[in-house]
Amino acid sequence: MTDDVTQIPIDAGSIDAPLLQIDAVVKRFGGFTAVDGPSLEIRRGEFFALLGPSGCGKTTLLRMLAGFETPDAGRILLNGRDIAGVPPHQRPVNMMFQNYALFPHLSVRDNIAFGLKRASLPRAEIASRVAEMVALVKLEGMERRKPDQLSGGQRQRVALARALARRPQLLLLDEPLAALDKKLRENTQSELMRLQRQLGMTFIIVTHDQEEAMMMADRIGVMESGRLEQVATPRQLYEAPKSRWVAEFVGGVNIIEGDVESRDGGRMIIATHDAGQVTAAAPAQPLTKDRVCIAIRPEKVRLSRRAPAPDADHRAAINRLEGIVTGVSYLGGQTDYQVRLDGGAVLRASVANTARLDVDAYHVTQRVVAWFASDDCVVLEP
Amino acid sequence: MKLSRFNLVTLILGLVFLYLPIVILVIYSFNASRLVTVWGGWSLRWYSEFFRDDAMLAAAAMSLRVAAVSATAATLLGTLAAVALTRGENFRGRTLFSGMLYAPLVMPEVITGLSLLLLFVAVNAERGFWTVTIAHTTLTMCFVAVVVQSRLGSMDRSLEEAAMDLGCNPLRAFIAVTLPLILPAVAAGWMLAFTLSLDDLVIASFTTGPGSTTLPIRIYSEVRLGVKPEINAICTLIIGLITLVIIAASLASKLSSRQGESAAPL
Repeated sequence: MTDDVTQIPIDAGSIDAPLLQIDAVVKRFGGFTAVDGPSLEIRRGEFFALLGPSGCGKTTLLRMLAGFETPDAGRILLNGRDIAGVPPHQRPVNMMFQNYALFPHLSVRDNIAFGLKRASLPRAEIASRVAEMVALVKLEGMERRKPDQLSGGQRQRVALARALARRPQLLLLDEPLAALDKKLRENTQSELMRLQRQLGMTFIIVTHDQEEAMMMADRIGVMESGRLEQVATPRQLYEAPKSRWVAEFVGGVNIIEGDVESRDGGRMIIATHDAGQVTAAAPAQPLTKDRVCIAIRPEKVRLSRRAPAPDADHRAAINRLEGIVTGVSYLGGQTDYQVRLDGGAVLRASVANTARLDVDAYHVTQRVVAWFASDDCVVLEP
Repeated sequence: MKLSRFNLVTLILGLVFLYLPIVILVIYSFNASRLVTVWGGWSLRWYSEFFRDDAMLAAAAMSLRVAAVSATAATLLGTLAAVALTRGENFRGRTLFSGMLYAPLVMPEVITGLSLLLLFVAVNAERGFWTVTIAHTTLTMCFVAVVVQSRLGSMDRSLEEAAMDLGCNPLRAFIAVTLPLILPAVAAGWMLAFTLSLDDLVIASFTTGPGSTTLPIRIYSEVRLGVKPEINAICTLIIGLITLVIIAASLASKLSSRQGESAAPL
């Protein structure tokens, strides 16, 4: 068996060409369509996250990249070459499994060396690469241990080292941090980012945790029912979601439904069903219908005891909606308020606790003005 | 954890129920008396009698050979069947195959034996060592398959995928990862097949021919003429052999799990 594990040299001309092209890939299981034709390009050296709820097809898509599933339609190109017929063991792609899939009968060293031995590298080369990997994931002194003698975090690092040892062109990570507790997860996230920069490798991570995706990835693809809803940088995804579904899936959001009343250049006035009139920035793409919904992130909703004075310099129009506080959740860094507007809608507002003393706090039943700028509203089709 | 009094009593009663007859048999095998039920003092007389009984020794050797060969063949076939059923693509009729593999477990041995006899007669096979061995292989491979299948079923499939991801073709992934992990089940299957073959009377008597008598057949025909204390001695030896095999197997599996680094085939 000749498989080439040593990196295919990257010729300078192709450096801007995408490493991976996914072209309308479809995968069906019986009558169920798990992956429904997403197309995607991933650049060399990119940290890409596939984000979505469980059952959205993100793991199936990843398994097709690894070669464990064959697409029913569409193409997957790696370095411009269709890899549909290439079996997993001949792809320059490695995967880190969700449950790590460490070989229980092998020591840490043999787990890491497993892929190198398959590549029939010389003994000395294997030894030096294993040592390099062990140092990279900081597991010195653990080489002779068996997986069941390691903690969850250590196992995770062995799995990572094993997947990296073959120096794949593309590393696939299937929910790599799901089994770790919160503190360890945060450390591991920055560790993964450091490794990815240091090795200059392309990572594709699958996760259902949007904070994890936003923290680590350069770009995020949000999947739902086998389709890619949006591919964007974390900032674009959060501030300019393309659909109501994305807005609701990524972060907290207030959704107000209404009908477009009038348009005026860059602004539109929307008569909402339960929050009165709201002025919002017009979306870049023209709307097909008059029925719309407005998405406002909770931290963009501000509260005050009385209506703020109109600010002549402010480019954006300010929406002022009156209501009473119906719920207060103190979360340390911020306080989340629920405000029932006089129109009946309930808005959530996150207020950063910038002062230690609660001089700015509101209490339940207090009358407040909730206000937000028209630019902070995203108008979406309902 | 300390056992409650009730649990202790039930445990002791259960063990007594299981082992008292065997203990009595072992004790009486050292009986000096010619009468099975009368105690005549300690003696190794019946053991030496057995070792001078050529017909009995030949039957024992026959049984061991049949058991070893059929257990090995059954382990090979049963493991392959288990792998095909749990790991293969979801082929047509898989459920049917699975059910058919289990059926011989509950099939009355008389039917298995008779059907095999008819087959051997039909193909005009000379009955003897090989027909008994084949018959035992067909019976015991189902047991092996069941044991191995349950181990494979509980094994994480992603281990094999990880091996393939790291450069193994499916066959190498099986040898390097799956096989070492199911080896205890395979060994257990072999021992189960071995002991099943060793004590089988019904199928062996259907499929054997002149000159290839197995130990159970020999013992059974002797007992029909009256129980000789020599039988007790033979049974004690068989019990000892089986105990040794089981202890060796459990030691081996413990050892292999402890020093997996060198034991791992790479």
